[in-house]
Amino acid sequence: MKYVDEFREPEKAEAILREITKLSHQLEKPIKIMEVCGGHTHSIFKYGIEEILPQTIELIHGPGCPVCVMPKGRLDDAIAISQNHNVIFATFGDAMRVPGSKTSLLQARAQGADIRMVYSPLDSLQIARDNPDKEVVFFALGFETTAPSTAFTILQAAGEKIHNFSMFSNHVLVIPALKALLDNPDLQLDGFVGPGHVSMVIGSDPYQFISQQYNKPIVVSGFEPLDILQSIWMLLQQLVENRCEVENQYNRIVQKSGNTVALQAINKVFAVRDSFDWRGLGDIPYSGLKIQPEYAQFDAELKFIIPNLKVADHKACKCGEILKGVLKPWECKVFGTACTPETPIGTCMVSSEGACAAYYKYGRLSTIAKRTITQKPKITQEPLPACGFSSD
Amino acid sequence: MCLGIPGQIIEITNVNHKLALVNIGGVKREVNIACIVDEQHPPEACIGDWVLVHVGFAMNRINEQEAAETLQLFQELAAAQAGISTYTNSV
Repeated sequence: MKYVDEFREPEKAEAILREITKLSHQLEKPIKIMEVCGGHTHSIFKYGIEEILPQTIELIHGPGCPVCVMPKGRLDDAIAISQNHNVIFATFGDAMRVPGSKTSLLQARAQGADIRMVYSPLDSLQIARDNPDKEVVFFALGFETTAPSTAFTILQAAGEKIHNFSMFSNHVLVIPALKALLDNPDLQLDGFVGPGHVSMVIGSDPYQFISQQYNKPIVVSGFEPLDILQSIWMLLQQLVENRCEVENQYNRIVQKSGNTVALQAINKVFAVRDSFDWRGLGDIPYSGLKIQPEYAQFDAELKFIIPNLKVADHKACKCGEILKGVLKPWECKVFGTACTPETPIGTCMVSSEGACAAYYKYGRLSTIAKRTITQKPKITQEPLPACGFSSD
Repeated sequence: MCLGIPGQIIEITNVNHKLALVNIGGVKREVNIACIVDEQHPPEACIGDWVLVHVGFAMNRINEQEAAETLQLFQELAAAQAGISTYTNSV
């Protein structure tokens, strides 16, 4: 496939890796790089990038997976809406297995709720057209990448005067989350691999505060293996040269100012919430999107009564610490035993972009754990044995 | 969640609703092109464009020149490390 296959060639990867290795020898200490986006986490594990990097480079898997950062309370609210008589609840497949406090959307569907998986928010609008006697609610979640699509869907619903359609908005913003991470004293990072498709919408300029206020380098990256390797190479160049800049590796997609049309749609339909609860990070000011009063008729939070309760995470689950990069997945006692992709306790095991699911699925645990124990500074505690984990 | 797949616009199917047919690795799917059209780029001017598709929307055009330059850098790096001097064949 064009624009995919060319960015996966092994001999080119080897060439970049040699440059990374050369630069890593010039650095005086081990370094920690956070890939913010869950899409990057998935690629890193899928292609085994973490394993081939020099042992002085540690990748921290950040909170850029909308499913992983969704608190249980919001899931409970979604399930409560879906259980309303006369409601068809439409959602991306990613959210189906996320555990709420008692059940998941998948289990709620098995118990009789009309919950349907859609590929696009526009598909949920079509369901509303096809079922004028039903209330159709779309579970809107995701970062700025997905927000334009839901904004345009609401604009289309308004234009067509489709009154039996609404959205339960759980959109979150990446910049406030990055600020929260950078302000966290538990987390010591040397640089960031920046989210590529969020930046496609917001541009690379909004990350200037990372270099100017926090003195950290960031490289906005594409998602193919050569993209990620080149971004790590660019980060190391900055560290070796003692620079802290915002650089853009993904310039075939990302512009400095982003996509103006998409941003205008977001600003027209959505307003920033005063605060939004993130799993693992807690309440982060101005980090979520709600529907503007002008489009209140499409706001499921106003149309339906929802519990709107905060629910504590399972005591055994360490998703919060894992999302912040403070703990590794295998340091959670239920990883690979009580918590698996088939029976997830925490959200990081639900999404293919979650760090726990990635470690579990791609069987990289034994190698990386060994490296962490023997070659790298201890993170927090001795890793637990890989209970029930079968390496590929 | 933020997955995006490259595809090429091959037909405008509904100008009013800003819908186009995109070829994604041989699979043809109708997507919304509202994010990539404006006065300078009306829908009919989008045919042939390579775009990044996410949840049924073409989110941005792919800058073919930037992509080529990135790939050229990889090529030169690999060639340099292999000890081969690169040269351009004029056709």
